Amino acid sequence: MLLIRCPYCEEDRPELEFRHAGEAHLVRPSNMDAMSDAEFERFLFIRQNPKGVVFERWRHVHGCARFFNAARDTITDKFVTTYKAGEPKPTLEGAEE
Amino acid sequence: MRKFSAFAIAREALRGHKGWGVQWASPEPRSEYDVIIIGAGGHGLATAYYLAKEHGITNVAVLEKGWLGGGNTGRNTTIIRSNYLYDESAGIYDHALKLWDGLSQDLNYNVMYSARGVMMLAHNVHDVQVLQRHIHANRLNGVDNEWLTPEQAKDYCPPLNISGQTRYPVIGATLQRRGGTARHDAVAWGYARAASDRGVHIIQNCEVTGTRRAPQGHIIGVDTSKGFIGAKKVGVVAAGHTSVLMEMADVRMPLESYPLQAMVSEPVKPVFPCVVMSNTVHAYISQSDKGELVIGAGTDQYTSYSQAGGLHIINHTVDAICEMFPMFRRMKMLRSWGGIVDVTPDRSPILAKTPVQGLYVNCGWGTGGFKATPGSGHVFAHTIARDEPHRINAPFTLERFRTGRLIDEAAAAAVAH
Amino acid sequence: MSAPYRIAGKGRLTPARAVRFTFDGKHYAGLEGDTLASALLANGVHLVGRSFKYHRPRGFLSAGAEEPNALVGVHRDAARKTPNVRATVQELYDGLEAVSQNRWPSLALDVGAINDLASPLFSAGFYYKTFMWPKAAWKRFYEPNIRAAAGLGVAPDQADPDHYAARYAHCDVLIVGGGVAGLTAALAAAETGARIMLVDEQAEPAGALRYESGTRIDGQDGWDWAQAAVQTLRGMDNVHLLTRTTAFGYYTQNMVALSERVTEHLAEPQQDLPRERLWQVRAKRVILATGAIERHMVFANNDRPGIMLASAGRSYLNHHGVAVGRRVGIYTANDSAYHAAVDLKQAGVDVPAIVDLRDNPQGPGVDAARALGIPIHAGRAVVGVAGRQRVTAMNVQAKGGGAVNPIPVDALLTSAGWTPSVHLFSQSRGKVAYDDAGKRFLPGVGAQDCVSIGACNGTDDLDDLLSEAIKAGREAAKAAGIATGRAGPKLKATSSESWSGGMIGAGPGADADSKGKAFVDFQNDVTAKDIRQAVREGMQSIEHVKRFTTNGMATDQGKTSNLHGLAIAAEMLGKAVPAVGLTTFRAPYTPVTFGALANYSRGDQFDPTRRTAIHPWAEAKGAVFEDVGQWKRARYFPRAGEDMFAAVNRECRTVREAAGLFDASTLGKIEVVGPDAASFMELLYTNPWQKLEPGRCRYGIMLREDGFIYDDGVVGRLAPDRSHVTTTTGGAARVLNHMEDYLQTEFPHLKVYLTSVSEQWAVIAVQGPKSREIIAPLVEGIDLSDAAMPHMSVREGKICGVPTRLFRMSFTGERGFEVNVPADYGQAVWEALWAEAEKHGACAYGTEAMHVLRAEKGYIIVGQDTDGTATASDVGLDWAVGKKKADFVGKRGMARPDLVAAGRKQLVGLRSPDGKTVLEEGAHLVADPNQKVPMTMIGHVTSSYWSENCGHPIALAMVVDGHNRMGEKLFVPMPNGTIEVEVTGTVFFDETGERLHG
Repeated sequence: MLLIRCPYCEEDRPELEFRHAGEAHLVRPSNMDAMSDAEFERFLFIRQNPKGVVFERWRHVHGCARFFNAARDTITDKFVTTYKAGEPKPTLEGAEE
Repeated sequence: MRKFSAFAIAREALRGHKGWGVQWASPEPRSEYDVIIIGAGGHGLATAYYLAKEHGITNVAVLEKGWLGGGNTGRNTTIIRSNYLYDESAGIYDHALKLWDGLSQDLNYNVMYSARGVMMLAHNVHDVQVLQRHIHANRLNGVDNEWLTPEQAKDYCPPLNISGQTRYPVIGATLQRRGGTARHDAVAWGYARAASDRGVHIIQNCEVTGTRRAPQGHIIGVDTSKGFIGAKKVGVVAAGHTSVLMEMADVRMPLESYPLQAMVSEPVKPVFPCVVMSNTVHAYISQSDKGELVIGAGTDQYTSYSQAGGLHIINHTVDAICEMFPMFRRMKMLRSWGGIVDVTPDRSPILAKTPVQGLYVNCGWGTGGFKATPGSGHVFAHTIARDEPHRINAPFTLERFRTGRLIDEAAAAAVAH
Repeated sequence: MSAPYRIAGKGRLTPARAVRFTFDGKHYAGLEGDTLASALLANGVHLVGRSFKYHRPRGFLSAGAEEPNALVGVHRDAARKTPNVRATVQELYDGLEAVSQNRWPSLALDVGAINDLASPLFSAGFYYKTFMWPKAAWKRFYEPNIRAAAGLGVAPDQADPDHYAARYAHCDVLIVGGGVAGLTAALAAAETGARIMLVDEQAEPAGALRYESGTRIDGQDGWDWAQAAVQTLRGMDNVHLLTRTTAFGYYTQNMVALSERVTEHLAEPQQDLPRERLWQVRAKRVILATGAIERHMVFANNDRPGIMLASAGRSYLNHHGVAVGRRVGIYTANDSAYHAAVDLKQAGVDVPAIVDLRDNPQGPGVDAARALGIPIHAGRAVVGVAGRQRVTAMNVQAKGGGAVNPIPVDALLTSAGWTPSVHLFSQSRGKVAYDDAGKRFLPGVGAQDCVSIGACNGTDDLDDLLSEAIKAGREAAKAAGIATGRAGPKLKATSSESWSGGMIGAGPGADADSKGKAFVDFQNDVTAKDIRQAVREGMQSIEHVKRFTTNGMATDQGKTSNLHGLAIAAEMLGKAVPAVGLTTFRAPYTPVTFGALANYSRGDQFDPTRRTAIHPWAEAKGAVFEDVGQWKRARYFPRAGEDMFAAVNRECRTVREAAGLFDASTLGKIEVVGPDAASFMELLYTNPWQKLEPGRCRYGIMLREDGFIYDDGVVGRLAPDRSHVTTTTGGAARVLNHMEDYLQTEFPHLKVYLTSVSEQWAVIAVQGPKSREIIAPLVEGIDLSDAAMPHMSVREGKICGVPTRLFRMSFTGERGFEVNVPADYGQAVWEALWAEAEKHGACAYGTEAMHVLRAEKGYIIVGQDTDGTATASDVGLDWAVGKKKADFVGKRGMARPDLVAAGRKQLVGLRSPDGKTVLEEGAHLVADPNQKVPMTMIGHVTSSYWSENCGHPIALAMVVDGHNRMGEKLFVPMPNGTIEVEVTGTVFFDETGERLHG
């Protein structure tokens, strides 16, 4: 069970309080109608799924209920950092762009 | 190939079993192959076998970064069934099931396919509706699947608790009698041996580090830890690692990789005669020939390549098993392990050509790939050999995520109300 | 009855405290503090089990958790039978009843032992090569027989009456293992004030000090020092000492799982005690002091009862006061076994010979043995033994060959050296490194905040070990943020014990050409020959060797066998040991009881049960309930003599003739509040919301981004900035999550607050022509006239004196209201409404009638008529999609090619021309009933009922191109005949909808 630092609560809490919410920094386009089917597919379904650092979203669903972002190594499952929604993606060594 | 038989064993017994040759060769790679398969799991090895057997393509290498059969093939709970709802799914899984029946004889390797029956439990009215829908669809598709009352279910599986006292009582079940289990290692080894016998090179400890394409765009080979190996066609059959490999060829995939755990109990005398699955309480259980209860857990919620998951997932699975089979509470978990499963947005596989000429992909089997092994290899070999999909895998394209023509078995079981 | 092998004055048990027990029905006496193994040995019993494949007679190998052979069933009563219990770990209690396993008809005369004679056929992996002909025989004959022969113990056949517990814990430093290293580290860490947890699998921590006779610490005998250290630690508030507790799993981010055996050693456990307790401990630092496990020597017939590990022989002697034999031989490749010889000799046991593979053994142990006059046969090997159910002689031969000299013995202790227990370190994903000189894997690069000390770290010298442990304890506390202050404890110790040296792999006489079975893995009957054969057959990776031979896959998980197997494979392959690789260690370290893993999660606690405020009333009225997610919902209210069919028909009829009360409290309710509430609703639902006036309601459809229907529900706009949103029962939590997701991450600029109010409001649907008359007397401050409160409107006011949000809406097609009241008043308001309802001949109705009534009107149920692959257009809800809206979630998704393509499945009604056949839900439709299987299916029945109000059956179905098939004949092929149906519209009752207002 992971131990996750909620950047809003500023506490390390067990994974049971959280819900994973998929890849982070996918921005919902404002002009969706103008997107081609291929572009929409990319937005909706194509995922990085990196072996290494993944940027992902979590929700502290049984805590403050906020969504936030995390950088986590998918090989070790160790968190590099967690940060609030809306904050820029941190630059990390070895992370895929 | 040295034929396996009771007679061969008896003869070998007289000389201390020193006469057995290797089951598969371990050659150094050639500079070029007609087809390279990346990934020596069950699906990859089966693909190579059927390329050789059905299409006469024997200049084939299967590259494996670790040891053959060491991924999900050797880490799953070996459930085999084909009672899927949609025509597309029933088509491919039943194609596989027909191949399972007779696979030992075809490969001359006892893969211990055991048609013990797969029972799926219904715990509420919604489950009944969903499972009945499966039965009706299966019947018209020629796939066996029948409805059992709780009493009939208990007759078939005596440890089942059908008292009304549980939190989610069993109110019925489906049974696919042709469903069952097989011996996972034997599947990988049997295909490896039979493919090797037909000239396929199985190259273990050979990690693919890149793909090479001609200026025109078609595939020309792969870079590996053993150097560049040329190929006219490349099939990626790498389960959880597919995203990373396809990225090398600039193909980005609708895949995410999740940890999936499983466990076995200590071995006991025969007590559990079939496979029982419950999607509602999340329990998947059978008993191996060795006597271990084989129990599948759910995936963790986050993506990972760690081949390890959380204990709470195991706990939750054991909760459900003990609810359904309260006499197993005194049994003990002997070993648990994790695999990496690759999941598509509709949780159905991709078995298809890719935008890159000469590059083919077979992935996205999620938690249920083992049962498809022979069928998957069979139609994927066809796809590679003919450069066009077999009728059976034609629906399992990459394009469906663009068009929206999804094959979503899980959505069909969606809980709402 | 005195135990013949108990030596007076030896060991630490009290002779007066006798305990009685049975094994295979025979009565024996033991002592308090015995294990089942020591007590049987005290009685001279060695034969206790049969092996897995060959059914060979087996005795005890060890005195601990690594035991592969001595597995027994322990029976407390009919429902408390535990299979596969290691006799070497099971503490004796008065009345213990043990039975042997895997034998028939008896342990001494086991028919299965015929397998041993036929064993040349049963070589590694033989089953992959045969049993294929004839094909049908696998299922009917071969497999059942293989299965019957396999397995060990017998699974319990009754539900387990015991209960189990679980705890979570946090600490600064978790120390695993209470041997000299763990205790020392604990003392050092504890004195800093850090919060310490120390766990040990034994009842009394001591580790190897349990049997070592040559160690003195702080002027005390090792055991005494350990017990004093335990006393010290127990007296400290910051130390939590858990005994009889195994750390079995090391998970990510320093979470270690422990299983504590609470009552397994008690004769009569108190009812309130859990049998076992699962601990999940999150530690800032972990210190692994898990010790080392002795390996056996690999030689022909090394599995005969009476052949044991040297340390086990010492443990039984020095701790339990039991001699494992009268005439005990020793076979070793290291020094530590000499101490066993010395201890035995000094206790008066005859030690006829020490056979040592080494040519010139030297050291304190060797000197001591020599001084006692024990014959030492250096440069020699035991190449075989005599005896079947008990060893009677060891056959000694010079390493190079030559004459074989049998030496009579009744027990034989062997040691091939010590294997550090790196299991937990490996589970933590640390990388082990091979120590070539020591022929062992040691902890290498770690992956988590942990450190290994003592024998598991290859630290053999006691002084080094103590300073390592003190350092580890202090540094762990420091790393956990505790000031360490003074210099730490100082311990003076002397030891003549030896932990180094030894061999791995097969010994002389177990080479490739030898005949006898030299066991590597006892329980699974894996011999050196099997491993060589696996390599010959092309198994090059140790994972392949392991799986092909099953080496290390028995219940002991290869604790004594892994390294031997690896060495034999490496030798065959001509590779160095680390090049062949070590198999990954996986949890659990020792088997863990399912009950402990499941702990509290059973029965009602398996999953929460949600009940509405009105549940007690429904229960009192005899309602039949159904599970809908975690909710219990009243399905129907049978009256005397009514079955479900009759009750539902009556309820349906009554609602349309008079009225009915329905508990709709399980619906999800979300309050959407804020200046941008309407804008937010515009984005989350397909419908337009901006122009919906306060006081009005609208049926809304929510899509996922992919364009498929996700949920639906009626939304009431209470004020310009406030909406009361309802969701499906099952959708409540995920709809809120979906809304929060968009609000927090995609539309954070919108000023909106979302609050789940599902539990706050009880909802009573009052439906039917008399509905207004029923509620009117109880409502205050709301004008209920059609003019003032038309269909699809919402008002706030009071009912029965409590606040209400009163919706005029209908899921039945009748005039209807949904009365929302604070949940605490739910039952009271229901009862008041019921009193009114009875005056008008109304009834209470359940979910089944609700389903029928809505189907009569063609209202869909998301999740029944839709299945996650349906669009709004598919189910005829185009009208609810705001086509002029610039954006909403799912708008782009539902424009994808396949979602707008022709030939999609669409919702239609079905009529049975015969007017009586109720279709089965889930049945599939075909256009041509005469085609062969597999048939082309064009749809399926989603809802199907007998409609008492219509007087005929009704059904809804999803049919390919259904909207263009009105009036078409389709067919439902059933096992006993094909049913013809006609495609119709989806509204079966009151097509014009005037009853909504009537």
